[in-house]
Amino acid sequence: MSDTTVLVSQSRLSSPPAKMIHSLFLVNSSGDIFLEKHWKSVVSRSVCDYFFEAQERASEPENVPPVIPTPHHYLISVLRHRIYFVAVIQSEVPPLFVIEFLHRVVDTFQDYFGVCTEAAIKDNVVVVYELLEEMLDNGFPLATESNILKELIKPPTILRTVVNTITGSTNVGEQLPTGQLSVVPWRRTGVKYTNNEAYFDVVEEIDAIIDKSGSTITAEIQGVIDACVKLTGMPDLTLSFMNPRLLDDVSFHPCVRFKRWEAERILSFIPPDGNFRLLSYHVSCQNLVAIPVYVKHNITFREGSSQGRFELTLGPKQTMGKGLEAVLISSQLPRGVLNTNLNPSQGTYTFDPVTKLLSWDVGKINPQKLPSLKGSMSLQAGASKPDENPTINIQFKIQQSALSGLKVNRLDMYGEKYKPFKGIKYMTKAGKFQVRT
Amino acid sequence: MTDSKYFTTTKKGEIFELKAELNSDKKEKKKEAVKKVIASMTVGKDVSALFPDVVNCMQTDNLELKKLVYLYLMNYAKSQPDMAIMAVNTFVKDCEDPNPLIRALAVRTMGCIRVDKITEYLCEPLRKCLKDEDPYVRKTAAVCVAKLHDINAQLVEDQGFLDTLKDLISDSNPMVVANAVAALSEIAESHPNSNLLDLNPQSINKLLTALNECTEWGQIFILDCLANYTPRDDRESQSICERVTPRLSHANSAVVLSAVKVLMKFMEMLPKDLDYYGTLLKKLAPPLVTLLSAEPELQYVALRNINLIVQKRPEILKHEMKVFFVKYNDPIYVKLEKLDIMIRLASQANIAQVLAELKEYATEVDVDFVRKAVRAIGRCAIKVEQSAERCVSTLLDLIQTKVNYVVQEAIVVIKDIFRKYPNKYESVIATLCENLDSLDEPEARAAMIWIVGEYAERIDNADELLESFLEGFHDESTQVQLQLLTAIVKLFLKKPTETQELVQQVLSLATQDSDNPDLRDRGYIYWRLLSTDPVAAKEVVLAEKPLISEETDLIEPTLLEELICHIGTLASVYHKPPSAFVEGSRGVMHKRLPARTGSGEGTESPDVVNAAAGSAPEAAPSIIPSQGDLLGDLLNLDLAPSTNTVPPPTTSGMQMGGMDFLGGGLDSLLGGDIVGSPAMGAGFGVAPAVMPASLNAPVGGGLGDLFDLGGGVGMPMGAYIPPKTVWLPAMKAKGLEISGTFARRAGVIQMELVLTNKAMSVMTDFAIQFNRNSFGLAPAGPLQVLTPLGPNQTIEVSLPLSTVGPVMKMDPLNNLQVAVKNNIDVFYFSCQYPISMLFVEDGKMERQVFLATWKDIPNDNESQFQIKDCHLNSDAASNKLQGSNIFTIAKRTVEGQDMLYMSIKLSNGIWVLAELKVQAGNPNYTISLKCRAPEVSQCVFQCYEAVLKN
Repeated sequence: MSDTTVLVSQSRLSSPPAKMIHSLFLVNSSGDIFLEKHWKSVVSRSVCDYFFEAQERASEPENVPPVIPTPHHYLISVLRHRIYFVAVIQSEVPPLFVIEFLHRVVDTFQDYFGVCTEAAIKDNVVVVYELLEEMLDNGFPLATESNILKELIKPPTILRTVVNTITGSTNVGEQLPTGQLSVVPWRRTGVKYTNNEAYFDVVEEIDAIIDKSGSTITAEIQGVIDACVKLTGMPDLTLSFMNPRLLDDVSFHPCVRFKRWEAERILSFIPPDGNFRLLSYHVSCQNLVAIPVYVKHNITFREGSSQGRFELTLGPKQTMGKGLEAVLISSQLPRGVLNTNLNPSQGTYTFDPVTKLLSWDVGKINPQKLPSLKGSMSLQAGASKPDENPTINIQFKIQQSALSGLKVNRLDMYGEKYKPFKGIKYMTKAGKFQVRT
Repeated sequence: MTDSKYFTTTKKGEIFELKAELNSDKKEKKKEAVKKVIASMTVGKDVSALFPDVVNCMQTDNLELKKLVYLYLMNYAKSQPDMAIMAVNTFVKDCEDPNPLIRALAVRTMGCIRVDKITEYLCEPLRKCLKDEDPYVRKTAAVCVAKLHDINAQLVEDQGFLDTLKDLISDSNPMVVANAVAALSEIAESHPNSNLLDLNPQSINKLLTALNECTEWGQIFILDCLANYTPRDDRESQSICERVTPRLSHANSAVVLSAVKVLMKFMEMLPKDLDYYGTLLKKLAPPLVTLLSAEPELQYVALRNINLIVQKRPEILKHEMKVFFVKYNDPIYVKLEKLDIMIRLASQANIAQVLAELKEYATEVDVDFVRKAVRAIGRCAIKVEQSAERCVSTLLDLIQTKVNYVVQEAIVVIKDIFRKYPNKYESVIATLCENLDSLDEPEARAAMIWIVGEYAERIDNADELLESFLEGFHDESTQVQLQLLTAIVKLFLKKPTETQELVQQVLSLATQDSDNPDLRDRGYIYWRLLSTDPVAAKEVVLAEKPLISEETDLIEPTLLEELICHIGTLASVYHKPPSAFVEGSRGVMHKRLPARTGSGEGTESPDVVNAAAGSAPEAAPSIIPSQGDLLGDLLNLDLAPSTNTVPPPTTSGMQMGGMDFLGGGLDSLLGGDIVGSPAMGAGFGVAPAVMPASLNAPVGGGLGDLFDLGGGVGMPMGAYIPPKTVWLPAMKAKGLEISGTFARRAGVIQMELVLTNKAMSVMTDFAIQFNRNSFGLAPAGPLQVLTPLGPNQTIEVSLPLSTVGPVMKMDPLNNLQVAVKNNIDVFYFSCQYPISMLFVEDGKMERQVFLATWKDIPNDNESQFQIKDCHLNSDAASNKLQGSNIFTIAKRTVEGQDMLYMSIKLSNGIWVLAELKVQAGNPNYTISLKCRAPEVSQCVFQCYEAVLKN
């Protein structure tokens, strides 16, 4: 019963084991392969037919199963930026390994080209090829740290392209990347800045399911601390928190000294150069998570009537005095709804009669004047009352506040003499925040 | 100026144009041309024709150009092996380049060119690079050994590269160590027994040190390698665990899952009472939960693995139910997996929450998901008994929604609930019947029909309901047809008077109008049963059904153990053994969890139990002796599981369409009460000790003769039945205890068994076989254990025996070796039966014949025994012996001493003659036995003793 998504036919992999990732195909949303890369022998692109079959069966693009068996290979895919990255493997390879690697490829492309789109990849196809070759050798990941890759292959910039054309120089580094083999492989040596600065963003996303009556079914916070560190030399940083006990489920960047954290609950690290994610953490539903917004709703359909009522009111709740911004409501209304006639007290709303997607861009919530959206829905005449209840999806932002209450105490730097600029920002966003009606 | 310009030239002479540009004198033009070639390659165009021209560009100082040419070479060398040779010189030269980047690049590219001729040239440069001063080159070279091994394994061995690689495990640079481990692991995969990765405490220590310092990918290789190690004891196991746990906080989920694998495996060795064990359990939950907040693809793989983990160690995530709640915009493959895990974690404590969620899901849009949610409600009802009622009412609510597929799914699961909790929720049948017309899926129709048939006596219009299905009988799927046939037969057996016509109709539809052999056969079986023995039909068709187990789709424990050892792999995603992923058995080693070594809990591990069970036969005296091929014989016996249906009696009357066959059947059915009970009594349980009145002919004769004997002989006593003894202790049979005895009732030898389940799990599929034995005893039918035997349940079974089985002389003569099978294993034991069981009812000899035979048997064959402390008089003794088919033929009294002459006939036709001397006042009897087969005398004597003293 549990195998429905997994199994079409059991494929058997041929021995000799060709370890790790064999080939990579990039497929766009219309189902064309626009790039292929083979690390071992060439695998015919017809292997992707199995992927296309699965794609056809899936109701939505994101429903394509990530692992697909074929008679001689397995296809492991991720969907990012509306591009499928399809890896072909031939032997028992940990699928997470492949998926993580594919995500790393996507991140690298985005890092190099600003965006990860079909056009950007095609525009930089040679760099893409060089990158892929550098990232994987014989299917083993070689260099996946953005710092190191950038030393090996310079990211394209307009200036460099022009310079290269004039001088005939290349965008491939001639020197062995310095960080590659040092004890701090994530940092290159000889970094120099005139303005030394270290900025940290504490960003929390709240995922929640709220039931009809307004009580919380589950709520959890996924937090990250993203850093932008531009410091000269080899700085050694320590970051301490006011309330480190909140962090009982954390994943660190490899630069963080784990022992120190275990013993003192202090983050001690030599940072990579530039942007990186210092840590991500998870505050689970066992700790009480404050819900910053409430929704009053009344969505009803009457049997035999071709009209339905729609009423929605939003209000702030437990926001620690900070305002709710960029509020956006979306909801997939039942198929039977033909159109809506609604009246927003603020912001704008749209309803797409084809996809049945209602979205209401609320903007800021003013606690004195709560935003509401009221009116009627017209249903197909004579059709029976819809069975499903729409779920309301809410997006919002709260500036200057981390919902979990996490607070950075201080940031210290050792190992270098200069005084850096330091800054910490907090922000809370809605992740998958759903209200059932 | 972007690379897309390289795609623009699609004119006819493209290749020609490129060729010209590649041979251009201008460096810049050359590079642009190579870029164009690469661009064509990326979109799958064949540019192999340019091979010589591209290779010509290889000799360059420009690193980018060199890299591009190398890229091209890797792609096309295989198709142009002769041309590829042209590149060798440059490669060899580059391997000596002062720039380590170029050295590494050259050795890396050479390894990727799968051309035999090139590999020969590769060896020398590779050897140098493996010992290069620069770790970057060494780590690249390590991977190259694996590549070379893939092309030519023999060459790698001959050149001694494997040893060099092993040395690299002790390299000072952690990245080199990690790559060496990765390369060795890959090579070891194709040499399962090569012992390449010789893991010992020292090398493990090196790996653990490198683990802290190498890249995330290297950590995965090292952790996967560690998982293959088996620590010597629990202390080593703990220290490895301690050093691996920091990996649980790694940002790379593949590292986390590999660490979980190592911990799950090594935990097995830790004693459960150890504090650290509890700490470790607590540490495992958060990283698993965190995996679920990652991208959906990662979530999917994580969920498949968590599914295994919760089956193995449910305690880890028992408080984390909420993270598996489904968000409406999760991809469907994530939703379905979450649902599965929710059911596995469901318990009395959280069932209310789970049900509320499931009910919510049942109103979603995605049909597959809704169906699975409804099924899940049914599974909860079956798993958590306390919740059954709530589940049923939830299902009823869902049925009220009248959403077609929801109703159908609900009916299918309600059928299972009825099976699990019979006679509890039948009140809902009326509601179910209301929805009869909306059912259009075979599974739902079949389920509904089953319900109607099963509870026909409670549904007033059951006949009408079933009749309505019958109209379109031939359009139904086989599943529905079979179910309808059975249901109508059940109905008929329950309400025979009103449904004759219906059953006629369905039987003829099934047997005459159908092409489906299954349906036809089932139809004939019912027909015959009903026509020959409606009572038996009732017993068979309405027999008690085996209970359905709590969790239907648990992974079988040994497979689960193997999969736990493969957490994070494809095998764990597919829940299939790794052997299913590699063609041929090469390279597959079944991994098992290590046995716990700590004190006290040693016997808990299944491994240990297995081993004990395996060696028990030799060790235990009462179990099968190692008598040559005996064990083999037993093992070869066909141990078919007992079937729930008794084979139909073979009557030749197979008239079709006859109406009259029902006449007799109907009568006996209606009078079923009278006929039924004695028939039942005869076969089962402990029958009354006094023989029932309806004895068959030989016994009847015996009774007559008895009265012939004249005075002194009273009513016969029952046959001697030895008390039950334990034949198979529970500890030798994984919790199954068997005790029993033998009896002869109404001329039938019966083995009376008491089966007790002292294990924690349900036992089913019992079957029994005997080894060849002295008198050819064999089971006359299957072992009738119709319902599964729950924990701490006991069942008494009596097994009729025949004496027509294969014969082999045993020592002692009355030894019987038995094999009993159930769903868990096959068990062997031996027991001794009293030979009196074999004394047949017509064993009374004519006086003259007795005299003649007595004289005829040589005196050598006579044996004398003493029976001590027997206080019966001769008449009482004679009477008692008669009960066991030892017949007194004559009695003489000489000098106050009674001489009784007796005869016995064994089932295999051997006669035993006896003279019993009983002296008044002397408690010691003397007995002389004469037989042509004197071996039996000893056994017969034992019987005398047993009978007289009981």
